[in-house]
Amino acid sequence: MSKPIIATTSLAGCFGCHMSILDIDDRILELIELVDFNKSPVTDIKKFTKPIDIGIIEGGCCNSENVHILKYFRDNCRILVSLGECAIMGGLPAMRNNIPIEECLKEAYLDGPSTYNPEGILPNDEELPILLNKVYPCHEVVKVDYFLPGCPPRADLIWDALLALATGQELKLEYDSFKYD
Amino acid sequence: MKKSIKKVSFTIDGKKCTAEEGMNLVEAAEQNGVFIPTLCHLKSVIPSGSCRLCTIKSNGRFMTACTSKVQEGIAVENDTDEISDFRKLILESLFVTGNHYCPSCEKSGKCTLQALSYSYRIMAPRFPFIFEEKEVDASSPKIYLERNRCVLCKRCVRTIKNKDGKNYFAIEGRGYKAKIILDPVLAMQMTDEEALTAMNNCPVGCILKKEIGFEEPIGNRKYDTAEIGSELTIVKD
Repeated sequence: MSKPIIATTSLAGCFGCHMSILDIDDRILELIELVDFNKSPVTDIKKFTKPIDIGIIEGGCCNSENVHILKYFRDNCRILVSLGECAIMGGLPAMRNNIPIEECLKEAYLDGPSTYNPEGILPNDEELPILLNKVYPCHEVVKVDYFLPGCPPRADLIWDALLALATGQELKLEYDSFKYD
Repeated sequence: MKKSIKKVSFTIDGKKCTAEEGMNLVEAAEQNGVFIPTLCHLKSVIPSGSCRLCTIKSNGRFMTACTSKVQEGIAVENDTDEISDFRKLILESLFVTGNHYCPSCEKSGKCTLQALSYSYRIMAPRFPFIFEEKEVDASSPKIYLERNRCVLCKRCVRTIKNKDGKNYFAIEGRGYKAKIILDPVLAMQMTDEEALTAMNNCPVGCILKKEIGFEEPIGNRKYDTAEIGSELTIVKD
């Protein structure tokens, strides 16, 4: 049997979860014996080149591009995993959910104390993704199969989960690596 | 003459237990090394039965353990799949009705809601998030009221009173409009000690004493390595 193929992406996240993937340290050598990486910031592959077994999503959906990428992952991945608080519940970006978008944009581009924007331009190029009304958890946009909580999820949890997915063994959730912060 | 206290025997998940008659089930279980999770119950405070998390089955009927008294011969079910799923449902519904951002919360690591969710290994709530707008009240000189995190357990209402026995806290409104409020006049006279007790009694990060957030480093906090209730289960036979 060929090795399972993994793809990862970061949506509305801070890349902390990806850093935590790298925090498995030298076990990454063991990991590449078990799995192959495809589209991922780790490999810099931009488009899927084959069907994916395990898709890992960091971050929630805050704009139209996030939704597009998430659906692209869902369409091409057999198993989809939400990695970290932002993917699971929106996380810190979701703190804007009770503030009108207009107010958020004004604070960021017009009224912020360190903002220099004499022409008062708000980003409006048609190339830019459109902000959603709220930040959504991934599983409210597409079906997600597994969740790995944490901010970031502990490297041990990620390692245990990847090992379980790659080998088909049951994941034993250790208390010490199961955290929400 | 001192009235003799009658002991009764009962079972929890088949385990033989004894306790004084009339004791509430949460405390009776604790005496016998069995942990029944609670969010609203506090020892030696009149139970309010508001969080429903201590739901058990007593002789086949659902009850809240904090408001049930122990009786001779009852068979209590506590750690069963049916009850665990029910408790998970309550915890998950609290996560979607409040705005619980654990990564940025001062109480993270010592929060009862979080610790119980760790125990039940809740990966993600089964309900959609509501993201309801809640107001933070920082007007008191001693404490913040972070209503995004309030679970309306009424612990503060029941336990934090001034020297004249007046309540600092109260619940305003009903149903989904219910919110915790703080008496603005009394709040000005609140002592540091009262503020600290209020914060410690709060099972979540709603009541926070000002100027002491994030005191303990990650790794040293109450539930970082010790699971909630584990201090009881160590003596389990």
